[in-house]
Amino acid sequence: MPLNTAPTAATTALLRFATVGSVDDGKSTLVGRLLHDSKSVLADQMASVEQVSRSRGQAGIDLALLTDGLRDEREQGITIDVAYRYFATPRRRFILADTPGHVQYTQNMVTGASTAEVAIILVDARQGVVEQTRRHAAITALLRVPHVALAVNKMDLVDWSEARFAEIAEQFTAYALSLGVRKVVAIPISALAGDNVVTPSTLTPWYGGPTVLEYLESVPASDDLASLPARFPVQCVIRPRTAAHADYRGYAGQVASGVLRIGERVVVLPSGVTSKIAAIDAMGESVPAAWASQSVTVRLADDLDVTRGDLIAPIASPPVTTREIDAMACHVAKRPLLVGARVLLRHTTRTVQAFVRDIGPRLALDDSEPAAEPAAGSGVLEANDIGRVTLRTAKPLAIDAYADCRRTGSFLLIDPADGATLSAGMTNGTGGRPW
Amino acid sequence: MTTATALNEGTDDPYALTHLDTLESEAVYIIREVVGEFERPTLLFSGGKDSIVMLHLALKAFTPARPPFSLLHVDTGHNFPEVLAYRDRVVRRHRLQLHVASVQDYIDRGVLRERPDGTRNPLQTVPLNDTIRRLRFDAVFGGGRRDEEKARAKERVFSLRDEFSQWDPRRQRPELWQLYNGRHGPGEHVRVFPLSNWTELDVWQYIEREHISLPEIYFAHERPVFRRGEMWLTPGEWGGPRPDEPLETRLIRYRTVGDMSCTGAVDSDAADLRAVIAEIAASRVSERGASRADDRLSESAMEDRKREGYF
Repeated sequence: MPLNTAPTAATTALLRFATVGSVDDGKSTLVGRLLHDSKSVLADQMASVEQVSRSRGQAGIDLALLTDGLRDEREQGITIDVAYRYFATPRRRFILADTPGHVQYTQNMVTGASTAEVAIILVDARQGVVEQTRRHAAITALLRVPHVALAVNKMDLVDWSEARFAEIAEQFTAYALSLGVRKVVAIPISALAGDNVVTPSTLTPWYGGPTVLEYLESVPASDDLASLPARFPVQCVIRPRTAAHADYRGYAGQVASGVLRIGERVVVLPSGVTSKIAAIDAMGESVPAAWASQSVTVRLADDLDVTRGDLIAPIASPPVTTREIDAMACHVAKRPLLVGARVLLRHTTRTVQAFVRDIGPRLALDDSEPAAEPAAGSGVLEANDIGRVTLRTAKPLAIDAYADCRRTGSFLLIDPADGATLSAGMTNGTGGRPW
Repeated sequence: MTTATALNEGTDDPYALTHLDTLESEAVYIIREVVGEFERPTLLFSGGKDSIVMLHLALKAFTPARPPFSLLHVDTGHNFPEVLAYRDRVVRRHRLQLHVASVQDYIDRGVLRERPDGTRNPLQTVPLNDTIRRLRFDAVFGGGRRDEEKARAKERVFSLRDEFSQWDPRRQRPELWQLYNGRHGPGEHVRVFPLSNWTELDVWQYIEREHISLPEIYFAHERPVFRRGEMWLTPGEWGGPRPDEPLETRLIRYRTVGDMSCTGAVDSDAADLRAVIAEIAASRVSERGASRADDRLSESAMEDRKREGYF
């Protein structure tokens, strides 16, 4: 459905999704096709792509040029960095993270998948499930992307064979489920010709499922964040110090999960002091409740010393407070992470010093099956490695297991010397104790 | 604000947020993160619609307090008078502090030279970066959106700039979850783009929802203009029109607001917000394609300018 029939009323929901594929799986072509066939590519952008395609002597239009935005990418013909694209249909707004599939750019796939509600993993119908596909499935599972679709591309090159599609779909689904993915929707497509991308193909009479766009329009958008226990990391304290608001003291933040209500008894972590929610201000308007992903300002009944980095949670269901962190970490820097390293750990709005106590087995994503089995621990994480780390922090953190809540279960390791992001961590959520 | 009661289509989820609620909440989160992590932020304010929305979000983020940072405007000397008047009204109304970096000053002092084509857009980089250094700003809010241009589509929300304000796509930090890493070395600063995930249509729908006032030139009005290339330009001291460029009065509006020398008007009878939104929703040309001469220089014009320290 073209953008120009999208309703101007602002009542649609936003869905974030990531596309993942190896070199030559046709990922950028799929993305270009989605944008093009949903009429999201504007005339001048299309003219520019046509011109560059022609100047390179290509017969058709190279839709990958729509997303490969950096000069290096256009020159090398590959996607290096995550590109974000935006399009809308009358049913939904989409934020698409187009992520590179090369092993050496795993960090970029992790980045794109970290905020995605849906991952679309591409495979080439001729190649089937390859090492890279397993790597992509493992990372998608590890990052707990709520919904996973498998797009079996280049179906035209296997004569639209139902048997070939079924074989790949079954193999991938079995593997993904073994990693903890809840469900896989497999879709046979040809991104180049547009079959089953936006419009249903006449070449797959044996396929009764959705096209890629139909899937994206119908998959549940919310991750049920509101049904989790409430978590409110404090970003900053708002104190106007004006005559009209002489005693105003509000804690600004975005609700990470759950629902906060006026009158609710809460605990401030890591200190453990308790109070009651006196008021919730939704950017100027007083409201009785606030829920996941809303930015609000919370006022407490008692005059407490609450600052940036503190976490407000219901007394009834607080997270654990701990200085021992056990996590899976994806190493995103070129310099290695070693046992004993002193780092900064950034969790929600809190940054603390930490040191790396142990680095356990790495995930052997590149070996043949079973790919998620641990390899021998080496005490080091190199670029793009994913492995188990244990850390000790200088100050306590209020954490949830990443599996329970992405927002309060994720963290960064930062090099204190130059501020570089070293690793992305996902807590296993054990070892702590209730405050 | 209308608190997120609109339902996610096809579900009964009472906690679903509309796309504008989601984008607003995310932008406010980003703005508050900057105030939490940095010592001297400033907000680039041009009087264009994106910076106006950004300021609106900053005002909401800290209410009932004032935003704890100043505004910075790079004045090319060729700005639309209506936009400068708007800028000054907003600063007065909210009792904000405004710094102005003047391209004209740099030209008068001989530090910068006028370009042969008369456009001053690329000349903004030096005054901008000098001011950031002189006033020791460590975080600079910009209204850039990723849907504007394909190099911008690759830029992080927190974009590290070296002491020459240069952007290096190869040195970008991975940006995971909502964990923005603002660490920077001495002399470096971070450009922050709270509207990264907004589209042009989102910006206009938000302006409508929040009843935000804009400079008049965004709406259809009669104006003497002349044709240069594919654009309608406004005559002025900046150098137009040339003798071979006849003036004519047309019903036009501006889709973007920048330097008069490179910002083109579009033929339009959209005189109010509803009409503008309908016009944009139906448009088949991107906002930069329709109105920015500076992006037409080459396939990598924006990437090149960003590498040099542009917005």
